[in-house]
Amino acid sequence: MAYIDLQNDLPGIRGPMIYRPETGTILNELAEVLLHDENNTLSRGDREMIGAYVSSENDCFFCQHVHGAMAQHYYQCDTPFIDQVKKDFQSADISEKLKSLLTIAGSVQKGGKQVTREQIDNAKSLGATDREIHDTVLIAAAFCMFNRYVDGLNTWAPTDRQIYIDRAPMRAREGYSQAGLVK
Amino acid sequence: MAHIEVEEGVPGIRSLFNFRPETGKPLCELAEVLLRGPSPLSSAERELIAAYVSHRNGCMFCMNSHAAAARCWYGNQKHIVDELLHEHNANSLSHKMKALLLIAGKVQTNGKSVTTDDINAAKKAGANDTDIHDTVLIAASFSLFNRYVDGLASYTPTGEAAYEEMGKRMCLKGYHI
Repeated sequence: MAYIDLQNDLPGIRGPMIYRPETGTILNELAEVLLHDENNTLSRGDREMIGAYVSSENDCFFCQHVHGAMAQHYYQCDTPFIDQVKKDFQSADISEKLKSLLTIAGSVQKGGKQVTREQIDNAKSLGATDREIHDTVLIAAAFCMFNRYVDGLNTWAPTDRQIYIDRAPMRAREGYSQAGLVK
Repeated sequence: MAHIEVEEGVPGIRSLFNFRPETGKPLCELAEVLLRGPSPLSSAERELIAAYVSHRNGCMFCMNSHAAAARCWYGNQKHIVDELLHEHNANSLSHKMKALLLIAGKVQTNGKSVTTDDINAAKKAGANDTDIHDTVLIAASFSLFNRYVDGLASYTPTGEAAYEEMGKRMCLKGYHI
């Protein structure tokens, strides 16, 4: 049960977002630009994967399964593939460029100062642009916020992963702008 | 030098907002609502939470700028800010603020480290649900801002003077792109 009376029984981040729509709308807008906006050279799948990976590193059940299911939807892959990227992306069948970005995201999760010049140079040598690096860092940083918001208030999360997988196509279609703000 | 090509000499997060205004907009709005919008916590208290979390994350830019904003809000009680950040002395703070700062510190470590006991202690000291909500989200959002600023190695000015001006602007004018 959540630590405060959220006045609704919605799961995960949706509970506090409705409780406090002044901040909820802005958080949705941020998620929309970072994860769903088409004007981005990083695919939606890769951006969701970065979010799922950071959430997994932060051990946030709700976020890693929402965004893992989103990545699975965009990649058209199976759940074990997503789990493998979260667990050990270096041995997963993904591009070297995405591996270099996940490395940066993993450093951001530990702390901003953990990102090294070598990690950045490696990503650039594999074709990552400044904006792709920017977005990777900001997506990773944003999930360090979302995860803490969800777990710091002890919100509840469905345990059945199929629920997250079933919701993903709708979220992909509608995006995040209005996500969860309607009961 | 920053990890990506941003305008030189523009400090910290401002250079990142200029680099990518599409994300700068919601981030500025978030800071504005969280630190200056309607809340049972005063802006002084909220800026102090922000500075405290940034201090714990070792983010000099955010710590110095939000400490300066908190000093501006606290006015003749600005010693509270330096006592907390530089002397780890919270004696001038209310029991409620002490309990909320403890929660903020836990959130900085990881969301899961906040316990029922921490929440009950805050409630007992007079914190209501919105106080607790806002504390958790401010601490969480500075876990974002600090990582954003340092993860891209953006320019961090040194010296108190630069931050004093910045803090005044944040206190008097707020957070706009």
